[in-house]
Amino acid sequence: MSTTEREDRTGLVVRSDDDRYPVDNPGVEHEPPRYTDTDERAGNGAYRFVVTCFGLVPVFAIAFVVIYFAVPKNLFIDLGASHLMAQHVLLGLTLGMAILLVGVGAVQWARLLMSDEEMTEERHSAASSAETRAAAIDIVYQGLEESQLQRRKLIGRSLLGALGILVVPAVVTLADLGPWPTRSVRAQTIERTIWGPGVRLVNDITYKPIRAADLEIGQLVNAEPENLQELHGHEVLVEKAKAAIIVVRMDPNSIKIPESRSSWHVNGILCYSKICTHVGCPISLWEQQTHHLLCPCHQSTFDLGNSGVVVFGPAGRSLPQLPISTDEEGYLIATSDFPVPVGPSYFERDSRNDYEDGDN
Amino acid sequence: MAKPAPLSEQTTVPATPAERTPGPVLRRVAGPVTWADERVGAAGLGKFFLRKIFPDHWSFLLGEIALYSFIILLITGVYLTIWFKPSMAEVEYEGSYQLLRGLAMSEAYESTLHISFDIRGGLLMRQMHHWSAMLFVASMFAHMLRVFFTGAFRKPRELNWVIGVALLALGTIEGFAGYSLPDDLLSGTGLRFVDGLIRSIPVIGTWAEFFVFGGEFPGTLIISRLYMVHILLIPGLLLALIAAHMALLVYHKHTQYPGPGRTDQNVVGYPLFPVYMAKAGGFFFIVFGVTTLMGAFMQINPLWTYGPYNPAQVTAGSQPDWYMGWVEGAIRIMPGWESHWGSTTWSWNVVVPGVGLMGLLFTLLGVYPWIEAWLTGDKREHHVLERPRTNPTRTAFGVAGITAYIMLMLGGGNDIIATQFRMSLNNISLVLRVAVFVAPVLAFLITKRICIALTRVDQERLLHGSESGIINRSPAGGYSEDHLPISQGEAFTLTSHNEYPVLESEEISPRQAKARRFFYGDNMSKPTRAELEAAAHHADGHDGDHELGDGDHHAVTGSRQPELTGGKD
Amino acid sequence: MKFLSSRRRHKAVKPLLLVAALFLMGGLYTVAVPEQQSSADSGTSTQVEEGRALFQVGCSSCHGLNGEGTSEGPTLVGVGAASVDWQVETGRMPMAQQAEQAPKRPPVYNREEIDAMAAYVASLGPGPDIPTEAQYSPEGLSAEEIARGGELFRTNCSACHNFAGAGGALPDGKYAPSLQGVEPKHIWEALRIGPQQMPVFGPETITDEDVRTIVAYLQSLEQEPAGGLTLGNLGPVSEGLWAWIVGMGGLALFAVWIASKGARSK
Repeated sequence: MSTTEREDRTGLVVRSDDDRYPVDNPGVEHEPPRYTDTDERAGNGAYRFVVTCFGLVPVFAIAFVVIYFAVPKNLFIDLGASHLMAQHVLLGLTLGMAILLVGVGAVQWARLLMSDEEMTEERHSAASSAETRAAAIDIVYQGLEESQLQRRKLIGRSLLGALGILVVPAVVTLADLGPWPTRSVRAQTIERTIWGPGVRLVNDITYKPIRAADLEIGQLVNAEPENLQELHGHEVLVEKAKAAIIVVRMDPNSIKIPESRSSWHVNGILCYSKICTHVGCPISLWEQQTHHLLCPCHQSTFDLGNSGVVVFGPAGRSLPQLPISTDEEGYLIATSDFPVPVGPSYFERDSRNDYEDGDN
Repeated sequence: MAKPAPLSEQTTVPATPAERTPGPVLRRVAGPVTWADERVGAAGLGKFFLRKIFPDHWSFLLGEIALYSFIILLITGVYLTIWFKPSMAEVEYEGSYQLLRGLAMSEAYESTLHISFDIRGGLLMRQMHHWSAMLFVASMFAHMLRVFFTGAFRKPRELNWVIGVALLALGTIEGFAGYSLPDDLLSGTGLRFVDGLIRSIPVIGTWAEFFVFGGEFPGTLIISRLYMVHILLIPGLLLALIAAHMALLVYHKHTQYPGPGRTDQNVVGYPLFPVYMAKAGGFFFIVFGVTTLMGAFMQINPLWTYGPYNPAQVTAGSQPDWYMGWVEGAIRIMPGWESHWGSTTWSWNVVVPGVGLMGLLFTLLGVYPWIEAWLTGDKREHHVLERPRTNPTRTAFGVAGITAYIMLMLGGGNDIIATQFRMSLNNISLVLRVAVFVAPVLAFLITKRICIALTRVDQERLLHGSESGIINRSPAGGYSEDHLPISQGEAFTLTSHNEYPVLESEEISPRQAKARRFFYGDNMSKPTRAELEAAAHHADGHDGDHELGDGDHHAVTGSRQPELTGGKD
Repeated sequence: MKFLSSRRRHKAVKPLLLVAALFLMGGLYTVAVPEQQSSADSGTSTQVEEGRALFQVGCSSCHGLNGEGTSEGPTLVGVGAASVDWQVETGRMPMAQQAEQAPKRPPVYNREEIDAMAAYVASLGPGPDIPTEAQYSPEGLSAEEIARGGELFRTNCSACHNFAGAGGALPDGKYAPSLQGVEPKHIWEALRIGPQQMPVFGPETITDEDVRTIVAYLQSLEQEPAGGLTLGNLGPVSEGLWAWIVGMGGLALFAVWIASKGARSK
């Protein structure tokens, strides 16, 4: 082979002296024998190692079973700051060791004891021989002939059409995957929240109403609409995902309040949607000195002292502000729903009414 | 020293087994083998498969890690399905984890807590499942890089490469569907993100969102739908594709690194039975064992501290698992571009990095073999791998890609980087906005230079031999170092790669020629047989010495370097 | 020891409240009428005087001779004793150098000195007082109450301080510090005073009872069992890193071993 010249089916010319191989192929090098081949003691050592590995597996497996039944769930291993669950860790340790040792033993067996001789296998080309290919094409033609597809062409075409049309019912069945977000459905779902005139602002979790006088400058309240309590099950989550708000109080002299929003706040108490306009994470990382609100998911930063405009990050729109007032008892109430849809953008969203920096 | 044997004495798979006196084991095996052979032709299969040759190299085991991780995922996943309830129905928690007592949560979350705290070994299974999911994608990734950098995707393996890309994409989606199931605060935040992502798709976004979630976010259906996707749809596809991947592997036979005796017509290595079975089988248990130990000692996704999903809650450090980190990073560092045309909103800030970038990556990966085939015009089969340095431009592209990926990954963890290294979150994002474009270009140029330098080193060894470290002083006072000739095996290894001539020819279009010049124009040509002989002769004359500072040998290679048409580096 | 010191604080604070109230009524924002205090408690006026002395040495360069604030530091009129206690006892004040944010350090002043300075600053104007143990002690809460504390924590705190209280990033190099190992009193104080960029969580929205449940939740969290090493409780980023280092790294080493040849005899 080293001196002959041949062309295989891949079209690759194999010559020892062509440009591809300026050096003659010396053939596979044969490694000298291993210690374990020549030295009986080394061989026996490897043998003992493998058997010990396999022999320890039942030990760990039995330990696993013992731990499963004997170690109580509430036993802990104290490692400084961490309190590891003893049962969990010990089960994992014994099972892991049992499994690992099977592998280590098998690999060492292969490495040190099994034959070390590298072997060579001839490759065949991925392609079939020219004759086979010709024969296959022939068979296909013959089959096409026998099926009369060539002569009665409409059979094939109509079959293809028939199969193709079967996709339609399959796809159409999926049309009920969810409700259709038509204009009216959108108006009832993603474009409205349960906020409305007179709905009290209450603390999230505790549902305690918020009195305007109780808020000091620099205070933040994570709040919800009072009527959220009336909902049950998944409706709570659906509405909470839109209605969640943050209430902040800032010094009215240190912030910009546009003309159009002068009645939306109560002595510097402003209320914004908690749902990011980027992809909808709830945001409440409010810096009381800079008035910036940071989203922990993608770091969009909104300036709550300037009608919620974006000052950094990937968000494209200001945070919607909820107009608020107080009721006769001094509690904060909403005066309407959000004037624009809350949450991330969607194609049909009319974003012309969103606040932009400099608007009045 | 290894001793080369003449080719004619090369060990080949014996066509007929040697006469063996059957021992007790063989006699016992004979019965079942006959039984199976008479029904399914097992002997034929065995004869074909058992002595199949697999070359031995650690980097060939990366793909095996992926395969084994997948098997571990199936095994641990089955355990988890025994107790997991894919339901978003609300229940009150009464289980044994004290800190969530009495809270309202979904059945999915409740049953996950149940697995973690009330099923013995349940937490272990969960953590093993999660760790092996991380390793599954990580090893697919590492395996893909190995295939890319060694050119193993070339003809005839293009289809297997595409299958691999599909596996990577599906594995990523599978992982996402999986970590969304427990319905804890982090997975809910991830779903919220996906809701925003789907919504941002122009024209059909809202429809897609309503169809995926069965209405408004979060609805009641998404967990059970993802469950179906996670345990049936994608695993089924993965299984089918893995089967195809393996079948093609067997059909093509494994590639091998260049080396003495290795050519495109053979495969050198160990037989499947018994050596490779023990090694590969043993490696399965090692991967399994390591995953188990990781599950035991390294806590992953402590969802009981995240709490049940609540759309008004969020935690600092809300990130996806690592394989989605680059998309997360792209979304974080993207400027807030959004267009408001008429009554419509176009969220470039979400759809471009989120949907577009993923599409771009997988498309680029998928078509890459054909791009390279087009510019080389190479129609031959390749079974001997390329060393990354012998294809500097490809290697440089790969490293540039990795660099861009890492920049985006850093973006995905910018808050953690900011707190751990006391840096400014905003500055990291601003720097990355530039670095994601600049760093890959730098990486490309540097890598290409390094590769070319390394081929020069190879050239040196071929022409002058290896440095012996012995310095001689001539009577005239000059110093020279003894060079020892390298073995024929090494010389063969260093010269057996393909070269693609850069030619203006009738056969290729000007654009193709230009691309080829860009790709191969800077490559070092390997020495010809004549040059090697001349060098050897020259060395003999010098008694194996090579005068230090003697530059005339370099001219030999230098003169053969193809002309550069433009300053590309 | 802790118990004793908090008792002592307890005593000092009550008369100070009275002093503060008197000042408010008089509409005075300076220490102008020391004679009037002496009728309430003769020890207090000495404490305020001591505090003023310490203040003028250690704090006035930034906060002004009478705590009125300068360009270097904000006014301390009306920040309250709790603010002094929190800032000084956690070592954040006095600040070593002007920075975006004062880091937590070992305290510079001892308990008596902090009490004296707190008394002085409280005398400048009304603000939150140093809490009594009953206001923040997590003792005696049921499992359900602590779980509710967890809900409050995740709603109000985890966005900045992370789900396990490990801390998180804020804009421009600022950060929300770790809450692990922070004393309950300091958590109470931080909520009420809103130090640095942290917003105020007032007593009407997050009541003392709520604070106790949050504190109890945080303390229980530290005692909670873990399924192995917590890897910093930083979420998926550190998990991914460790998956590559330990998982892929370890398995790659195994792979190298598997593909390596056994030791040769020659």
